[in-house]
Amino acid sequence: MTLKPILLGATALVGLASMAMAERGSDGHVNVIYWQAPSIMNPYLTGGTKEREAASLVIEPLARYNEKGELVPYLSDGIPTVENGGVAEDLKSITWKIKPGLKWSDGTPFTAKDVKFTAEYCMNPEGGCAQLAKFEGVSEVEVVDDLTVTVHFDGPQPNPYGPFTGGTSPIIQAAQYAECTGARASECADENFYPIGTGPFVVDEFRPNDVISLSANENYRDPDKPAFATMTFKGGGDATAAGRAVLETGEFDYAWNLQLAPDVIANMEEAGQGEAIAAFGTLVERIEINLTDPSPDLPEGERATTKNPHPFLTDPAVRKALSMAIDRVLLTEIGYGKAGKPTCDWVPAPEIYAANNTHCLEQDIEGAKALLEEAGWTDSDGDGVREKDGVRLSILYQTSTNAVRQDFQALIKQWWGEIGVETELRNINASVFFGGDPGSPDTFVKFYADVEMYANNFDGTDPQSYLASRTCEKIPRPETQWQGENINRYCDPEYDALVKELGGTADLSKRGEIAIKLNNMVTKDSNVIIPLVHRGRVSAKSNTLGGVVMNTWDTELWNAADWYRIKE
Amino acid sequence: MLTYTIRRLVLSIPTLLFISLVIFLLLELAPGDPMAQVPLTVPPEVKERMREALGLGEPTHVRFFKWMYQFFVVEPMMLIDHIFGTALAEGQQRVLSWQFRSPVMDVIVQRMPQTLWVVAMSYVVGILIALPIGIYSAYRQYSLFDQTGTFITMVGYSVPPFFSGVLVIVIFSVQLGWLPSIYDTTLDVVGWETFKQQLMQMVMPVMVLALQTTAQISRFMRASMLDNLNQDYVRTARAKGLSEWTVVMVHVLRNSMIPVITVIALGVPYIFGGAIITEQIFKVNGLGQLLITAIQANDLPMVQTVTFMIAVLIVMFNIVADVLYGVLDPRIRYD
Amino acid sequence: MTDAPDPKPIAALADEGPTAPPRSQWRDVWDQFKTHRGALAGGIVLLLIILAVFIGPYLWPYDATFIDIRARNQGPSLAHPFGTDQLGRDTLARMMAGGQTSISVGLTAMLLALVLGSLIGVLAGFFRRLDGPLMRFTDLFLSLPLLPLLLVMVLLFREALNSTFGPEQGIFILIVVAIGVTSWMPTARIVRGDVLALKEREFILAARSIGTTNFNLITRHILPNVMSPIMVSATLGIANAIITESALSFLGLGFPPDFPTWGRLLNDATQYLQDYPERVFWPGLAISLTVLAINYMGDGLRDALDPRIRGR
Repeated sequence: MTLKPILLGATALVGLASMAMAERGSDGHVNVIYWQAPSIMNPYLTGGTKEREAASLVIEPLARYNEKGELVPYLSDGIPTVENGGVAEDLKSITWKIKPGLKWSDGTPFTAKDVKFTAEYCMNPEGGCAQLAKFEGVSEVEVVDDLTVTVHFDGPQPNPYGPFTGGTSPIIQAAQYAECTGARASECADENFYPIGTGPFVVDEFRPNDVISLSANENYRDPDKPAFATMTFKGGGDATAAGRAVLETGEFDYAWNLQLAPDVIANMEEAGQGEAIAAFGTLVERIEINLTDPSPDLPEGERATTKNPHPFLTDPAVRKALSMAIDRVLLTEIGYGKAGKPTCDWVPAPEIYAANNTHCLEQDIEGAKALLEEAGWTDSDGDGVREKDGVRLSILYQTSTNAVRQDFQALIKQWWGEIGVETELRNINASVFFGGDPGSPDTFVKFYADVEMYANNFDGTDPQSYLASRTCEKIPRPETQWQGENINRYCDPEYDALVKELGGTADLSKRGEIAIKLNNMVTKDSNVIIPLVHRGRVSAKSNTLGGVVMNTWDTELWNAADWYRIKE
Repeated sequence: MLTYTIRRLVLSIPTLLFISLVIFLLLELAPGDPMAQVPLTVPPEVKERMREALGLGEPTHVRFFKWMYQFFVVEPMMLIDHIFGTALAEGQQRVLSWQFRSPVMDVIVQRMPQTLWVVAMSYVVGILIALPIGIYSAYRQYSLFDQTGTFITMVGYSVPPFFSGVLVIVIFSVQLGWLPSIYDTTLDVVGWETFKQQLMQMVMPVMVLALQTTAQISRFMRASMLDNLNQDYVRTARAKGLSEWTVVMVHVLRNSMIPVITVIALGVPYIFGGAIITEQIFKVNGLGQLLITAIQANDLPMVQTVTFMIAVLIVMFNIVADVLYGVLDPRIRYD
Repeated sequence: MTDAPDPKPIAALADEGPTAPPRSQWRDVWDQFKTHRGALAGGIVLLLIILAVFIGPYLWPYDATFIDIRARNQGPSLAHPFGTDQLGRDTLARMMAGGQTSISVGLTAMLLALVLGSLIGVLAGFFRRLDGPLMRFTDLFLSLPLLPLLLVMVLLFREALNSTFGPEQGIFILIVVAIGVTSWMPTARIVRGDVLALKEREFILAARSIGTTNFNLITRHILPNVMSPIMVSATLGIANAIITESALSFLGLGFPPDFPTWGRLLNDATQYLQDYPERVFWPGLAISLTVLAINYMGDGLRDALDPRIRGR
């Protein structure tokens, strides 16, 4: 990935503009449907993707990631780098220049004070800011002058582009939110529903979890944009209905995140009203192996903790056999179609961090059987399930409730059955499974099962904190109220040391090397994580909607200012 | 009867307080986390901070009494302020939703129009269709009309809305293109044109919901009419020379209404929060959708408030039903 | 004087011993039930469905969970008369396996709800002292939000039931109880309403005046007279239970995800409504047929229990 400043495909935009004969508001109305409805317009108060996407129409960061994962300036004047002096040699500070002449939608000028205020707003300990991780290591945000702001870090920051970039940390107006800091953050309903922004649209009416009416921002920096005068942002329903509304009935122009079987989407596209578009980020559907014993016979507090290692999943041969028995190509074809690629990697992208392993793409049932045989796991009593020393290869396999995941479960159960591993399936309501309620036995963190399947990704383009999640100290345990991201309970001092090294390395290619090594340690070498599918995001757009560039590194609506109506 | 009604109304206060406590404890006990929908990219420490900001760090009883105070004291004051322009509730904290960070009541009020237009309307339509069907089916038991009615209502009831809703959308929106598949909640009915639009978008959800209501109520109506049609008093009435209409529609109907009244009264509270699947399929986004999304997001203040309001309706409509029993059949006495 | 003929009693007035042996009430009910064509047809259809789903799997070569990925999304053929699903599982086998679960869950849950509802309804209606507490209890249950209630039930009872009855039996009990305890309230209120009116009627007064005990009063006089609303509740209840079971699966409260049931088959197939419309047809038909069959049997039983109709 290159971090050099890129002039947001200026030529391409000129091309589009002439094609659409754009003039602000000349293309009338556009309809967008998100089947999960946004509940608030302030991404700092909710980590939800839907809210972040809706808010990105109104409030913007200094720079966004484009569809290739490269930073492009939005409110800033160029991207600061070490070469152009914007990033300090010691990597302890970054100085952003703001585009001159920027205005908020209420007509007041946009200044560096707003940037500083945003940082203070989120870093307030009582505010419960969801994007706090973006500001990790920030010691001070200094206003140099009205158009210059410097972010100081505690120590050298190999990736100084965390704060104020991407969809997760847009700039909010200091004047509007002055009374809403700290504990008062949640009392500012009006501010959180009707933020004043610099983006292409302003909110006219916000109905939480239902519909948002927006209109073009009169003070948007490009006088010809947006091409649409008004927008309806409808929420609710389900993915099928959203896809139908764009692809089949043509009532809507854009539908977000169609998590549907590929043949269903293909059939909808045949109606000829629109097309499905896909893009890939870092989302990987994977099976996570529990290295501790989740048996219900253990006393509460010892169950699924490092005190009791797993009876058979601690054997690398078993883990490897489980991985070999899976046909990832078929899974991808059935579950995701063109929105997925079979993968053996935990970090599938960006290019410099991706290991691009291919060892697992071919299903090898016979090899898996041989491997188990060799490791001493044999079916001695003829019941079709292998055992060793009285331990049967019997697995409880859990995941969240989702049609594609249940199909995957059924298929994988059959393959594992073929190699002599018995599987019991369980599905859990997503709001319980992904919740952190320490009282519930069914959360994915508590992991009271042998293996579980879900998808995860990392924010932005830098995998450092994502890789750091498998360090020993992050093992969830009763003492930490089952908080922690290392849900495999994987613990390897060598891994921890490498993660530390990554944190102190600034050179990009060197970082890539370490990341690949870390990735291989938990996947290829130990099979603690069994990656299945590198998932893309599929959305649908109407044939008459132009300018859409699908982007998974930032919000999908990142370039809504450039959207226009294709006229026949 | 009046003393009975008053006694029941007074008694309903402790009942409702108890119900609110049970609902609160149930929600406390239920597994779930308001942070479940936050992406996994947000680290657990940050989620913990967010939970604390929601007030989840406080003990259960403190939060319960806080909710009670906000719901029973602050919200009514807000209402008074709203009507009379006073400022009683100024500066007081209202019941805030965890998802929206805005007052729960405001969102509930916002959801009323579509809930009443679609769900309440379908209930009325359903009852209006069901009563004549039930009466006539019983009067002409095993006639062609009765058989057809039985068949359609039973198939209609066995086919759940998650299927029938999608079916009508595929037929009328996708294939024929007559009706919109997505309900526009921002539509203001101001004239003939918008009224037509409103009707078009209402037709499908109202029909799907009404089918369920019709099936249920017409069956009870029919069964109850059948019980009464052979009674001696019917023969007496006929022997007196009363017209057939009077016999059936006055004498028999009145005596057959008790189970039907019960069913109708039981259904009213579910207008406000019961039509979850249908609302979701047609994107009506009424109170049912509000409740289910709040449950999924574990937005406890919202769930607590909406379910409690439904509980109030349940208790009230059961009192109404009990009073109506006495009106319909003066022999029923409660004291 | 001629002898006056002996005054012969008028033949019609002569007492004759009963020719037919005495018949019990239940015999009468059964005779009447047998002549009810709808009830008979319903009974036969239900019996056929039950036989098909419980014996069918022994005769049919495919297993409901066997995946043949090369044969996916097939239409009806000789090998797969009902076609296959998106993973190549045989739909007929899944319909039969699903029917076993749906019918057992539907019938037991409906019976549980019916018994609970009728019991509470009759007690509340009949005994004035119990009316208040029982009806407030009903109000409470009506008010509890269903989803959190079910989640709490799983949390509290799943592990315990699994260890006592084994995973499948345990989940079956959990589901039946979950559906039963959340759907008895309407029946209770309806039955109570009817009982309130019934107990003021003359025949109850008459029965009471000859010293009938409360128990006999309820079982002999009250219950047969509230049979028709109970029958309607039963028919509606079974449809409800089958659908609710599929909704429970989505909460992770139901059976394991590879376990087919009619409700789940219908739900899964809805997604493919446009592409493979035949897939929704079978579960939809099966549920409707079962409900209709029980409805007609209910009608027959109701008529048979009504002495005024009986013998007509």
